[in-house]
Amino acid sequence: MKFKIYRYNPEQDAKPYVQSYELENVDPGAMLLTALLRIKDEQDETLSFRRSCGEGVCGSDGMNINGVNGLACITSVASLKQPIQIKPLPGLPVIRDLIIDMDQFYKQYRAVKPYLIVNDPMPEVELSQTPEQRENLDGLYECVLCACCSTSCPSFWWNPDKFLGPAALLQASRFIEDSRDQAVEKRLEDLEGPFKLFRCHTIMNCVNVCPKGLNPTKAIGRIKHKMVTRSL
Amino acid sequence: MSSIERKPIERRQFDTLIIGAGGGGLRASLQLAEADLSVAVVSKVFPTRSHTVAAQGGMNAALANVLDDNWHWHMFDTVKGGDYLGDQDAIEYMCRAAPKAVYELEHFGVPFSRLDNGKIYQRAFGGQSQNFGGAQAARTCAAADRTGHAILHSLYQQNIRAKTHFFDEYFAVDLLKDDSGHVLGAVVFNIQDGQIVVIEAKTTLLATGGAGQLFKTTTNALINTGDGMGMAMRAGIPLQDMEFFQFHPTGIAGRGMLITEGARGEGGYLVNGDGERLMERYAPKAKDLASRDVVSRAIYIEVKEGRGCGPKKDHVLLKLDHLGEEVIQKRLPGIRQTCITFLGIDPAESPIPVYPTAHYTMGGIPTNRFGQVVIPVKDTPEEPVQGLYAAGECACVSVHGGNRLGGNSLLDILVFGRAAAKHIIDYLKENKYHKALDEEIINRVVDKVKRFDQQGETSSTGAETVVDLRNELKQAMEDHCGVFRDKDILKQGVEKVEQLIKRMKNVKIEDQSFTFNTAKVEAFELDNLMAVALATIHSAHAREESRGAHSRVDFPERDDKSWMRHSLYSFENGLDYKPVRTKPISVESFPPKPRVY
Repeated sequence: MKFKIYRYNPEQDAKPYVQSYELENVDPGAMLLTALLRIKDEQDETLSFRRSCGEGVCGSDGMNINGVNGLACITSVASLKQPIQIKPLPGLPVIRDLIIDMDQFYKQYRAVKPYLIVNDPMPEVELSQTPEQRENLDGLYECVLCACCSTSCPSFWWNPDKFLGPAALLQASRFIEDSRDQAVEKRLEDLEGPFKLFRCHTIMNCVNVCPKGLNPTKAIGRIKHKMVTRSL
Repeated sequence: MSSIERKPIERRQFDTLIIGAGGGGLRASLQLAEADLSVAVVSKVFPTRSHTVAAQGGMNAALANVLDDNWHWHMFDTVKGGDYLGDQDAIEYMCRAAPKAVYELEHFGVPFSRLDNGKIYQRAFGGQSQNFGGAQAARTCAAADRTGHAILHSLYQQNIRAKTHFFDEYFAVDLLKDDSGHVLGAVVFNIQDGQIVVIEAKTTLLATGGAGQLFKTTTNALINTGDGMGMAMRAGIPLQDMEFFQFHPTGIAGRGMLITEGARGEGGYLVNGDGERLMERYAPKAKDLASRDVVSRAIYIEVKEGRGCGPKKDHVLLKLDHLGEEVIQKRLPGIRQTCITFLGIDPAESPIPVYPTAHYTMGGIPTNRFGQVVIPVKDTPEEPVQGLYAAGECACVSVHGGNRLGGNSLLDILVFGRAAAKHIIDYLKENKYHKALDEEIINRVVDKVKRFDQQGETSSTGAETVVDLRNELKQAMEDHCGVFRDKDILKQGVEKVEQLIKRMKNVKIEDQSFTFNTAKVEAFELDNLMAVALATIHSAHAREESRGAHSRVDFPERDDKSWMRHSLYSFENGLDYKPVRTKPISVESFPPKPRVY
């Protein structure tokens, strides 16, 4: 099985280059992460990438695989055309090889105040929530912060400091839709303006790449709808 | 070879240093940040990548939202589940604190699944009973089958609100300990650029998680390398009860991905190659919801005796299709997706091939119920190490004894993360100032950070690689320290691990870059795994009885007279033992009884 992998170590390389690797006897059911670990273990310990859980829940190993962002640990090699071309997620600075600097992404996440805000005194038991109210959060709370969506979004590439990007907006929606949250008005107000939310042009790259099958575009639509209802 | 120098050493000071940003570390940091203390959280991965994120089924608390329940029944189940090796004061504390811990999480925003009356959804899990061994209880609070993800993200979010100071992608190498035995912080390095940072702290909390990477097939993430346990051992602190390692009954056969016990809690069951519900023979009452050690042994025996499934008869099947697609999608969406991704099987239609898989480190750094690390000093079995705390899977408090109940690990990290933080807050009231830290101590530890640096010179003894040693270690532990053990197999295991530790001294890293050097990180991790493996295999070899997850074919019975005691293993003193704390805080002790399900 053939691979072409983006390489860059700022200590040694004036500019990035592509390195070819070849693996024998790859199990057709294997995931891409398994193949990358084999390359690192058997051929080249300098090849660098993040990884942890290996089953798509920690969000560490987002990368650009044959032109599409995804998690290496849940991308089957059998589904990929060879040579498999692997690059870091686009649009953010590269630290080394497939490892990007995610500071900007995390900053946008923090900007939406991604935590439940309740002003009333807390009861001694749980806050009540019906199963239907809880179902509103399905498709919103499962995000693993892998950044596959935001780094596939042209609006994020152009205005990474002003447009919050699909991942952060999905989080915003997760709290706006939570029946327990008491800062919804403020959250909606904070998203006003031409950039933070409204730079989304429904290109829908985010939906196509989300490894968890989430739909940030729909979440953004739900926020817009709430804003419109509120202004009436 | 790179000509770039390492950046000069940086020095930082905090009231508290927390190493590890899973649920235990983040619960503690939140408590401390809200108490206006300066707290640094060092984690080798971004916090939400920590392994708490992978917990599926839920967290136990006697809320009685579904069936009648109380904390005392929970306590009994935990004592019995741990095969009477757990410390009953800590277990009482945990079970009493459980409901509050869950409500707190809910207030932090955790999106728990809900019942029609608006309360938190609870499901049945293994080893749970009402009325001290009576009917099945439903004690596990769940957010579908993504409870760990929901909890870890909410805790991280609350820490964003509290403005906790994070050192993301920093690797902690070793503790700073002075000659009087006080722990004064740790030396860490920034994985991004290799810079060494000396973090001075009045108190240090280890919350580094388990060591599931000891074994070849494991449900654990690649980061679970027992780093805090290795650090503790190198600081002269013994590890407790390391022979008790949990094999989860339902890892995906041959691959290891976890299928939550909640799958059986929702009504799934195991069948063997004859199509028989095998657990009816091993646990007539609790059946598929017996304790994990019991179910894992049952599967192992079925396969060993030729009643496995598949062409090689090397696994059994977990049947869920009778639950219906709606229940599976609502309650078990995560494992459904995992099966589709990794097996091409939809559990709503076909059963899942499963086999016992390394899952959880019951043992760890010995602590009391306040999270203080305790070691034997002369005649005192449990003398606190000043300034050092541990919580969660890296610690052994011991609430899990010889076998942890499903749903008690999330509970453990939250209750004892908080307990440790509370004790730290009190400790800091009495200990307001940083203790003087000798340059010599710093230099000693900084040298250790540089031990895989090889500026051009090659050792004449030849080079070992991290990959080879790691593979051999994992294979050795799998072969010699598995579900069933005996003297000869363990003895060979001890020899193999000792050999590997010797060879570890000759490890050479080709990659000498300072920029995100994952090869070097893996070398430090392997060093920690080696220490943990040594403690594990020695403790297992010495314990001549069967208790909880430690099953000796040559000593098949539990022996309370000789062995109702905790093992301790240290580099300096080898094996030592201390008594179980059988006295609870306020209730009668549960005396050991035969353990049947």
